[in-house]
Amino acid sequence: MSLLEVKNLTVEFQTASGPFRAVDGVSLKVDEGEVLAIVGESGSGKSVSMLAAMGLLPWTAKVTADVLTFNGRDMQAMSDSDRRKIIGKDIAMIFQEPIASLNPCFTVGYQIEEVLRIHTDLSRKARRDRAIELFQSVGIPNPEERLGHFPHQMSGGQCQRVMIATALACNPKLLIADEPTTALDVTIQKQILDLLMKLQAEHGMGLIIITHDMGVVAETADRVIVQYKGRQIEEADVLSLFSAPKSVYTKALLSALPENATGERLPTITEKLTDAEIFAGAVR
Amino acid sequence: MTPVLEARNLKRDYHIPGSLFKPAKTVHAVKGVSFTVEQGKTLAIVGESGCGKSTLARMVTMIDPITEGDMLIDGRKVDIAHEPLTAEMRSKVQIVFQNPYGSLNPRKKIGDILTEPLVINTKVPAGERRDRAMAMLKKVGLEEKHYGRYPHMFSGGQRQRVAIARALMLNPRLLVLDEPVSALDLSVQAQVLNLLADLQDEFKLTYVFISHDLSVVRHIADDVMVMYFGEAVEYGSRDQVFGNPQHSYTKTLFAATPRVDVDAIRARIERRKRVA
Repeated sequence: MSLLEVKNLTVEFQTASGPFRAVDGVSLKVDEGEVLAIVGESGSGKSVSMLAAMGLLPWTAKVTADVLTFNGRDMQAMSDSDRRKIIGKDIAMIFQEPIASLNPCFTVGYQIEEVLRIHTDLSRKARRDRAIELFQSVGIPNPEERLGHFPHQMSGGQCQRVMIATALACNPKLLIADEPTTALDVTIQKQILDLLMKLQAEHGMGLIIITHDMGVVAETADRVIVQYKGRQIEEADVLSLFSAPKSVYTKALLSALPENATGERLPTITEKLTDAEIFAGAVR
Repeated sequence: MTPVLEARNLKRDYHIPGSLFKPAKTVHAVKGVSFTVEQGKTLAIVGESGCGKSTLARMVTMIDPITEGDMLIDGRKVDIAHEPLTAEMRSKVQIVFQNPYGSLNPRKKIGDILTEPLVINTKVPAGERRDRAMAMLKKVGLEEKHYGRYPHMFSGGQRQRVAIARALMLNPRLLVLDEPVSALDLSVQAQVLNLLADLQDEFKLTYVFISHDLSVVRHIADDVMVMYFGEAVEYGSRDQVFGNPQHSYTKTLFAATPRVDVDAIRARIERRKRVA
């Protein structure tokens, strides 16, 4: 049984100029211990599809799916309070802007202990010990002292470590990382990706990485889904995607990488492709 | 031939005034950097946030005064701390910023954005300003119909084209590009990089290209300078720096850059299997 199973997910937003379809017929499966990367350019619906699966979209969004199950339980039929018991505990998410996703008014220790207070029945002392243990596991030095710090006293990389520690607080079965390293320097990006992969292997959890960076995909994923304008274009394991991409869009995207450039100019095939050609070339 | 830009031991300090609780402090943002850029060449400056690369860009663009050292543009010494900046010098160096959403005034039409440098720095009559702006729009791959539109009507890549067009309106010798493609999608990034290369060939432009993305630098640069805590730890031709990095920080930087070639992916999957 898959951890997360989504079939034919569609998300529509009501706008002044009629409904806008941000996600159109996306299907995916993630197993335990698997790393899935969802890659696409801005506006490809990669974040929205995951937010929809977690039920985090505002009421203006209309979400429909044939199947939307987590660990065999139907997420659509579930009441809001039941869903809240799963989100933050069994499914956790980390976001792109680590400094913006922490509350500036509270210490990082308070914020990590808050998760434990809501989802577990640990005592105050046990929560603090667990928080220290979590900070150690994500490589934050002097955890006892750091717990009393506010987000503005920490660097972007440290804040992202706090976010990861918070996400891991209840040993989630599935972690969704939405552009976890986009705001960070390359050297820090490397550390955070290595940390995510290490923790993923240790806990055997499912990991979904949402990114626009082919480098991050190459460094982390087992399996990759390529999205464009809300639709799935290609799904493949990471090696076949990079060695033999099937769809025209993936081919064009990979050829635009400066690393793969052969001549003076970069090939800009996507500029010439129409949406219809891209969708027609989709390989499912 | 005199180089377009020559910097000798450039330094920039920022003084942070003290308060009741804190003593005054001086931050050495750039600690003595020297380099030369010949006409038609690209110097890439690489480093992580806080290493002083943007401070260096501000000094080269004559926005920030130099604390110590000499900077020569076209063989002429520039020191804005002690003498006023002439319109002629100002038009020699132009800058393109990272975020095209923040660097274009949302209340101004594209035409006004493009003609403004001419209004400020030259005595070109209105009709000619308009003609030059129209011609520049076409140069950067936009159309004449875009002249009367506002920035919010454009995508990120198009806005960056507008920002590049604005920088070129004064026919500069040197263009400082401060992370010009890092806010753009991959396919748009390729288009903008190609545009920059085309413009460089056509106008014999000189670029100072600031970036943290090594794959882009490797593609576009002739010379590379790696900065770390305000110092240039590595400076040489692209092939020297990429082929045989000397400083430990440069090596760390290269090791941290994700690799997208198939062999690297295969090796990673093997490692992962062994651990499991």
